[in-house]
Amino acid sequence: MTTQITHPSHPPAERLAVEATGLVKQFGAARAVDGIDLQVRPGEIYGVLGPNGAGKTTMLKMLATLLPIDAGTARILGHDVQGSPHIIRQLIGVTGQYASVDENLTAAENLRLFGRLQGLSLRDARARAARLLEQFALTDAADRQIAQFSGGMRRRLDLAASLITSPPVIFLDEPTTGLDPRTRGQMWETIRGLVADGCTVLLTTQYLDEADQLADRIAVIDHGRMVAEGTPDQLKAKVGGSSLQLGVRDAGQVEEAARIAGRLIGDTAVRTPDRASFTVPLADADRAGEVLIALREVGIAVESLSVQKPTLDEVFLALTGEDTHQNSPDSSRTTGQEVA
Amino acid sequence: MTTAQIESSTTTTLPAAYDVQPRPHVGTRAAVEQTFSMAWRALMKMRRNPEQMVDVMVLPIVFTVMFTYVFGGAVSGSVGHYLPLIIPGILAQTVLTACVATGTQLREDMDKGVFDRFRSLPIARIAPLAGPMVADLVRYAIATTLTVLVGLVMGYRPGGGVLGVLGAVLLLIVTGWSMAWVFTWVGTVMKSAQSVQGISMMIMFPLTFLSNAFVPAGSMPGWLRAFVDVNPVSHVVTAARDLMNDGAVTGEVGWALLGCAAVIALFAPLSVRSYRRKL
Ligand SMILES: Nc1ncnc2c1ncn2[C@@H]1O[C@H](COP(=O)(O)OP(=O)(O)OP(=O)(O)O)[C@@H](O)[C@H]1O
Ligand SMILES: [Mg+2]
Repeated sequence: MTTQITHPSHPPAERLAVEATGLVKQFGAARAVDGIDLQVRPGEIYGVLGPNGAGKTTMLKMLATLLPIDAGTARILGHDVQGSPHIIRQLIGVTGQYASVDENLTAAENLRLFGRLQGLSLRDARARAARLLEQFALTDAADRQIAQFSGGMRRRLDLAASLITSPPVIFLDEPTTGLDPRTRGQMWETIRGLVADGCTVLLTTQYLDEADQLADRIAVIDHGRMVAEGTPDQLKAKVGGSSLQLGVRDAGQVEEAARIAGRLIGDTAVRTPDRASFTVPLADADRAGEVLIALREVGIAVESLSVQKPTLDEVFLALTGEDTHQNSPDSSRTTGQEVA
Repeated sequence: MTTAQIESSTTTTLPAAYDVQPRPHVGTRAAVEQTFSMAWRALMKMRRNPEQMVDVMVLPIVFTVMFTYVFGGAVSGSVGHYLPLIIPGILAQTVLTACVATGTQLREDMDKGVFDRFRSLPIARIAPLAGPMVADLVRYAIATTLTVLVGLVMGYRPGGGVLGVLGAVLLLIVTGWSMAWVFTWVGTVMKSAQSVQGISMMIMFPLTFLSNAFVPAGSMPGWLRAFVDVNPVSHVVTAARDLMNDGAVTGEVGWALLGCAAVIALFAPLSVRSYRRKL
């Protein structure tokens, strides 16, 4: 009896916002999504990071009832995506990769239409549209047709249109692609605001720094498979931090300079294709100064110097490289089942 | 006690932003309201793209004048005698041509991003299809009114009076609206607007020209007359002629309405099914 009473009071995290198991989408001979497992907890920002064609959009569309699921299951807030699409559509707000607002209508008309379609009265739809336009700094453009909107304005309107009924789960497909840095920062703020209001956000991105800035957890996907998952820090630890790239004036001295830098930083310096320069992994930016001083002492003139954060390319190289010689995704899934 | 705890645990897991319980189905009333919202959208689109109305504004005038002067003498001996025959025929033809556009425009629309959003919203699947059709009633009204006006200017004096003409126009609008479901279905099945246009024309031409719309069936060879007599367009045209010229509600009206009901009953569900499958 006592156990029965305590049983239902799970911690809230037990009920996942988004849960997918073995999700598969086949397009002809190609598998766009090839067995993805996903667990998004309520109230988090979950980032799906991947290059062009990785299967991000396809995965999101399956979760959003926009594409049939070929194999596997997906649940949103406990509701089955395939079994009850109509319920899922009431729980989610979707902002697709490409604008999904009506070109023939003004911004305000668009929001009113979507509000009316979702059961708001004419008055409520007007009020909601006005509030969202204000929130997204579009009030001045409210009565302009979308055809005259800039990319950033369209993107903001698109997001606003997904928020009309305050859905608890929000899918954003590359919300900042094509935005200038300032607009991008504003979009990040908006997304953080959504989570502060209690939403769960699942977003895709091609940018490592975006995932890093925004997401509580990140899944890296490539060729329809998840190659890594974790907090930004966990992923960065896997990839290694920044790297120091250094060019010397006299190409003949590059060997010696690389040796000195490698010794000081405690890692191997790698020559770059450009003959007079090399890179060293740099965990601690302070060390860059020491390298410079040491080079001056031995009389090597420095031509260029930069500290670079890992690029998406490097992340994939590091992650997929590790993945292939340690364990294939299939074997890792089997181990997961054994543990559970 | 136990249930209370289950309930409280479910509410705490829902984010604060979420305060509405999801409903399992769309009610009929909601579906009708959504259809009208979609119709409003289609009307706004018409208002902002008046060039899309060219077919229902220019074609009725061109066809009426052209057919009357080309065929008038040969078919009825004079233009004046031909008008009672041709005006109901042209009405049927313009209405059917107008509803081909329903299919092509739907296809074009469905490729636009906004349809992705319509698909992701919890709305009745029939609303995005039926909405534009409701708005298209405006197009049919324009097409039929213009045809009748041109006929009157050319000297047509309908014997059925105002009521007869109104009845015929209404009947044709109902016909156009029902037939539009066929082209809506074609629109949901085909991959591009061009192919919708092509297929629709292949349906349209035999239906209108192999009917009694422009020429009395009596002058045709037997095998052709067999087709013309079963062609639903012939029945609609005959019904419209009886209404306009004699003010008579004949059995043909019944057949025409029955045919319309059958077309809707068949093609509306087919369209929704094929639209749903595209999800
Ligand atoms: N409708 C479709 N028919 C056939 N193949 C498709 C279709 N949609 C996507 N694909 C293929 O599936 C793969 C994954 O595409 P997807 O759009 O999901 O990638 P993505 O990660 O969103 O890429 P991007 O960053 O470019 O948006 C690609 O190889 C793409 O060509
Ligand atoms: Mg994509």
